[in-house]
Amino acid sequence: MPVWVELVLRVLAVVAAFLTLPLLIGQTEHKVMAHMQGRLGPMYAGAFHGWAQLIADGVKFVQKEDVTPREADRPVFRLAPVVALLPYLVVLLVIPLGPSGLVAQPLDIGLFFVLSVVGVGVVSVLMAAWASANKYALLGGLRAAAQLLGYELPFVLAAASVAMAAGTLSLPGIVEAWRPWWLLWQFPAMVIFFVAGLAEIRRPPFDMPIADSELVFGYMTEYTGLRFAFFVLAEYVGILVIGALTTVLFLGGWKGPFGLDAELGWLWTLIKVAAVSFVIIWFRVAYPRLREDQLQRLCWLVLVPLALAQLVLTVAVKVAL
Amino acid sequence: MSEFPGKGLAKGLAVTLKTMTKRSTTRQYPDTPPDLPPRSRGVIALVEENCTVCMLCARECPDWCIYIDSHKEEVQVPGAARARQRNVLDQFDIDFSLCMYCGICIEVCPFDALYWSPEFEYAEYDIRDLLHDKERLGDWVETVPPPPAHDTNGEPAKEETAARKTQLAG
Repeated sequence: MPVWVELVLRVLAVVAAFLTLPLLIGQTEHKVMAHMQGRLGPMYAGAFHGWAQLIADGVKFVQKEDVTPREADRPVFRLAPVVALLPYLVVLLVIPLGPSGLVAQPLDIGLFFVLSVVGVGVVSVLMAAWASANKYALLGGLRAAAQLLGYELPFVLAAASVAMAAGTLSLPGIVEAWRPWWLLWQFPAMVIFFVAGLAEIRRPPFDMPIADSELVFGYMTEYTGLRFAFFVLAEYVGILVIGALTTVLFLGGWKGPFGLDAELGWLWTLIKVAAVSFVIIWFRVAYPRLREDQLQRLCWLVLVPLALAQLVLTVAVKVAL
Repeated sequence: MSEFPGKGLAKGLAVTLKTMTKRSTTRQYPDTPPDLPPRSRGVIALVEENCTVCMLCARECPDWCIYIDSHKEEVQVPGAARARQRNVLDQFDIDFSLCMYCGICIEVCPFDALYWSPEFEYAEYDIRDLLHDKERLGDWVETVPPPPAHDTNGEPAKEETAARKTQLAG
């Protein structure tokens, strides 16, 4: 196979995953949330249990008028949704699905790359917030900035712990080095990474920047139509990315409870990602939004010290072995 | 924080998971008709033959949403000394855009001309179409359910005791 065919195939596969998996997660969220609240959720779109609800939503969003407020900073305002969505697409490139190179682009510094690219999210939020020329958007954006910058620290520290344990920054390399007993060893790091990840994608209970009961819709207030849909899609892709990262770093990626990793590796990865995504949705239904001060307290007084302690533990075990 | 941190979260997770495994209580309304409780107040039905145009319902209606019109007719009763007069109903309208479903008209009707029907699907695009005339009110009669059975442990109806008394006396 020539290089370029392989390249096109890999990129197409990532784009396909990027377009389908978030919709799947979105549909699951509709249904799981509904049933957790004793409802049915969408039932009509697509005739069978509303399976086409998100497609219908997409068609609706496309039909809507694309409004840019007069006072808005036009180019920045229009660019922000794309900046929100694109980093997640790039992250998907380096996430390994299975063993022996079943990854779009294996990078030796994959973890470093992922963390830095996910960090771009805060730029898009600030762009949307400032460019909207709207006080609710601005407040939401400032909250988001404070939150994302704060939670970046435990997020990175927890990831650093597992990288140190594995002795590599390559994501396939980390999965390769992963052993089941790491579940115990790296458990605090996993919890910290998961919680900080929730905050990074601004999912409830960390949706203070959006906080629809106080800020209308935070930094997304002025957005309509397709651009708004991009932000919503970015949230779903965010779930996928956090689920995939948690899977790869802490849950052993393609490694299953019994052999056949070479054949069924991709399935194990997908199952684990789905499980983590379910937990993310579950958290949204079960827990109310954290207040701004609670949010910062959790980050700086709980997660950061815990992450540092985890680093010490990782080093201690690593040296002892 | 006296409680164990995260206790609330664990509780919330448990409750939501338990709810998810249970069957949803939602009824898909247009596809499955709802289970209406007995004596549901949907629409008011009129049995025209029972109406004597006594006007009690129109007068007792708190928001005056019943419009009645009638004329008198002479009825020759064979063997009687002179003709009797009888009220004939010309118009009996209930404006359901005003009605507040208090049911006073039904309570007050001495001749059982008005009944509650549980039918509720009579929404209209034009508010003026909510004025039901006596033909439309008469159409609702067939949807009136039979009265609920008497409570076995309850007191017997007044009429029953009265009838029994007259029987014993006679």
